[in-house]
Amino acid sequence: MTLNPQLNADGSLRHLLTIDGLPRAILTHILDTAESFISVSEQEVKKVPLLRGKAIFNLFFEASTRTRTTFEIAAKRLSADVINLNINASSQSKGETLLDTVDNLSAMQADMFVVRHAQSGAAHMIARHVAPHIHVVNAGDGRHAHPTQGLLDVFTIRKYKGEFHNLRVAIVGDVLHSRVARSQIHALTTLGVPEVRVIAPKTLLPVGVEQMGVHVYHDMLAGLKDVDVVIMLRLQNERMRGARLPSVQEYFKYYGLTQEKLALARPDAIVMHPGPMNRGVEIDSSVADGKQSVILPQVTYGIAVRMAVMSILAGN
Amino acid sequence: MKIHIKNGRVIDPKSQLDAITDVYIAAGKILAIGAMPADFHANRVIDASNQIVCPGLVDLAARLREPGFEYRATLESEMNAACAGGVTSLACPPDTDPPLDEPGLVEMLKFRAKNLHQAHVYPLGALTQKLEGTRITEMAELRDAGCVGFSQADAPISDTQVLARAMEYAATFDFTVWLRPEDSYLAKGGVAHDGFVATRLGLPAIPTSAETVAVATILLLARETNARVHLCRLSSAPAIDMVRRAKAEGLNISCDASINHLHLSEMDIGYFDPNYHLVPPLRATRDRDAIRAGLADGTIDALCSDHTPVDDDAKQMPFAEAEAGATGLELLLPLALKWAQEQNISLIKALARITHQPAQILGLNAGSLTVGQAADICIFNLDARWQVIPANLRSQGKNTPFLGYEMQGQVVCTLVDGQVVFEADDKQ
Amino acid sequence: MNLPNPNELLAQLAAVIKPTLTANTVLVGMHTGGVWAADYLQPLLDSHMPHGSLDISFYRDDFERIGLHAQVKPTHLPFEVEGRDILLIDDVLYTGRSVRAAMNALFDYGRPAQIRLAVLIDRIGDRQLPIAADFVGAALPVPAHQHIHLVRDTQLQLALKLVDIS
Repeated sequence: MTLNPQLNADGSLRHLLTIDGLPRAILTHILDTAESFISVSEQEVKKVPLLRGKAIFNLFFEASTRTRTTFEIAAKRLSADVINLNINASSQSKGETLLDTVDNLSAMQADMFVVRHAQSGAAHMIARHVAPHIHVVNAGDGRHAHPTQGLLDVFTIRKYKGEFHNLRVAIVGDVLHSRVARSQIHALTTLGVPEVRVIAPKTLLPVGVEQMGVHVYHDMLAGLKDVDVVIMLRLQNERMRGARLPSVQEYFKYYGLTQEKLALARPDAIVMHPGPMNRGVEIDSSVADGKQSVILPQVTYGIAVRMAVMSILAGN
Repeated sequence: MKIHIKNGRVIDPKSQLDAITDVYIAAGKILAIGAMPADFHANRVIDASNQIVCPGLVDLAARLREPGFEYRATLESEMNAACAGGVTSLACPPDTDPPLDEPGLVEMLKFRAKNLHQAHVYPLGALTQKLEGTRITEMAELRDAGCVGFSQADAPISDTQVLARAMEYAATFDFTVWLRPEDSYLAKGGVAHDGFVATRLGLPAIPTSAETVAVATILLLARETNARVHLCRLSSAPAIDMVRRAKAEGLNISCDASINHLHLSEMDIGYFDPNYHLVPPLRATRDRDAIRAGLADGTIDALCSDHTPVDDDAKQMPFAEAEAGATGLELLLPLALKWAQEQNISLIKALARITHQPAQILGLNAGSLTVGQAADICIFNLDARWQVIPANLRSQGKNTPFLGYEMQGQVVCTLVDGQVVFEADDKQ
Repeated sequence: MNLPNPNELLAQLAAVIKPTLTANTVLVGMHTGGVWAADYLQPLLDSHMPHGSLDISFYRDDFERIGLHAQVKPTHLPFEVEGRDILLIDDVLYTGRSVRAAMNALFDYGRPAQIRLAVLIDRIGDRQLPIAADFVGAALPVPAHQHIHLVRDTQLQLALKLVDIS
């Protein structure tokens, strides 16, 4: 199993499971294709016939209205048939295993699975199991990866900054538990961003994160200095219970993004957040709604990026 | 039944014998080694030319899954696997369902195993009731029922007061306490070594300190209580160093490592392969190297299979949810040989780690070729190669990180109490 | 085969098209050769005429066989399509499938009043759909094992080129 399970023998993309290990050319191709899909949303009929007759199953083992919705819109704009399945504990507790579920749906002539699961590696497992004509898109697995989010984030950065090779990007918050952060780091470093910083207390950083090519800061004031992009991560409330943080108040004081702290970044810095935001926990409302925020455009671009990913996979 | 094993290269680590010679068996015992005794008329002659004749293997950790987990494996299937792997004596951990915490359960297991006339089974009793880590078991009664030591299997005791008292009580009767060192708080929720691989794959991690903190605690309590301790499945370089120092100070402890940890590291997890979900987790390559060195210099006394049959349904899950464990009885010998070959270790020394030394830890008169002792013997072909595929495994558990590997060294015949319990031919 | 000079063909086309233009006409070039041709034509026709580009990758009928086109270009139509007279420009009219895709794409932006098609080269006898061009630079037979393409060099000079199908 040393072969990259995402790629066909000819090096083309078969599944999108993680950005880790993908060549820059594939990322650039996805971003360029997404650029073309932006214009589809400007059409009167916001739809192209590309995936007509294809069945795309949104397989969500973990609730997420927003990600599911953007995948659904993207698939519908490609004219695919979309089937949403929220598989909660109930059907799994009847003894049907994850792979049983996948087999049953494959028998319903699925062409693509969009998978969200609470466990790292779930999408890889499904990709290993499915028939050769079926494509798998990882829509978030545990702490591991959320590649379409990472791609839409770099797409957004490219839209606002043009190039990657002269940027400083800071990712702030709970990197340890964040699949989004891992995908962002791989996407940014692959595309040639020379300086990616992560800013967090030691309890929210995984061991050896430096080996992913990032600079570690514990002091947010130093970490934000002169950056072009600030990416804030969502902080889950349960982090207080695991003794990783003392309180929301202390976290916000030292790691929340306020106008004063943002002033340390470059004047034209943009602020991003994968959502959903905790206002007053990791980000102040005045920043989230401020003129440097590109949080809403991120959502719009997310649709074009997912259209690009699905159409490239379906055609490979 | 009299058996004459002819022309084999006979290796006995205990007596340091390594010579082409003959072994004579009568009435289930070894009658002679070397010259044929007078009036010996063999019922059967086994030609062991170009083969190795050594003591039957002694495995310190083999889960037979009875009672409670018969859907994963049965005593019959796993005893078959043991014999096919050349294992003639094995210790089984108490984490059955229910756990081995009552004499009746132990007697039943011993009785069932004995009736199969295959490998000798030596149960380890539960150190605490239901392995819950709160109340100690009737250790003396359990010993009388057949337990050779007391263990918590993979359920470490969190309450150090209970641990200290369990060790004291065991020391009263001179029982050995078998502990897999793990701090349950530091290990909580983790499924992989706290290193770069877990960071990259986003797997909840178990730090090395989960092992070293527990080793420190156990060593200090062992000094204080004078309990004899056997540390199970060491996985990290610092823990091995601690044991090395403790042994140098004269502390009466022993330890083992598994075949998995001897050969693999976190890097092998690849793309979330659940066959590499093991307890303790596979650690860094420097930890694996320390295990290889520790087994060579004797800090680690024995190599075990940590045989844990898991069915496919429990394995075909996302990494963290997949049940930990791997089949191993049939891989113990070839993986010991692989280590010896790679590290330039002599055959006799490698075999000591899976015969005589584990037998000593168990306090058994086994693991050696001694005249007058039970004829538990393994005959193997050192050069034969075979591939680890489900069809080649007798264990009901087909999951192992070594699936697809080519092994060198294949058992051709196993004898227990002078009876042939396995011959390679009946496999084909 | 001697290939015609595209600049001459475009000049001839412009001369024929120019009298038919209305105030409502817009120019739409099809990626990639059609866009170059439209760029060249526009100043010859009317330098104020609205002018857009269309990528048909998302409307092609060969997605099942060859997947998404490697280089998808953004579609850029800086005007309302609804009610316009569209002059669609392509370099080569071959099977007619690209024009079919282009018309489908245009209708997803609105309902044009009229669509007319101008091409540099009309490959004689190779049509697979009931589609014909309103304005043709030159009609040529091209051997089945060859493609004919418009190419543009770094000095933006246009040329026609024959390529063997590998």
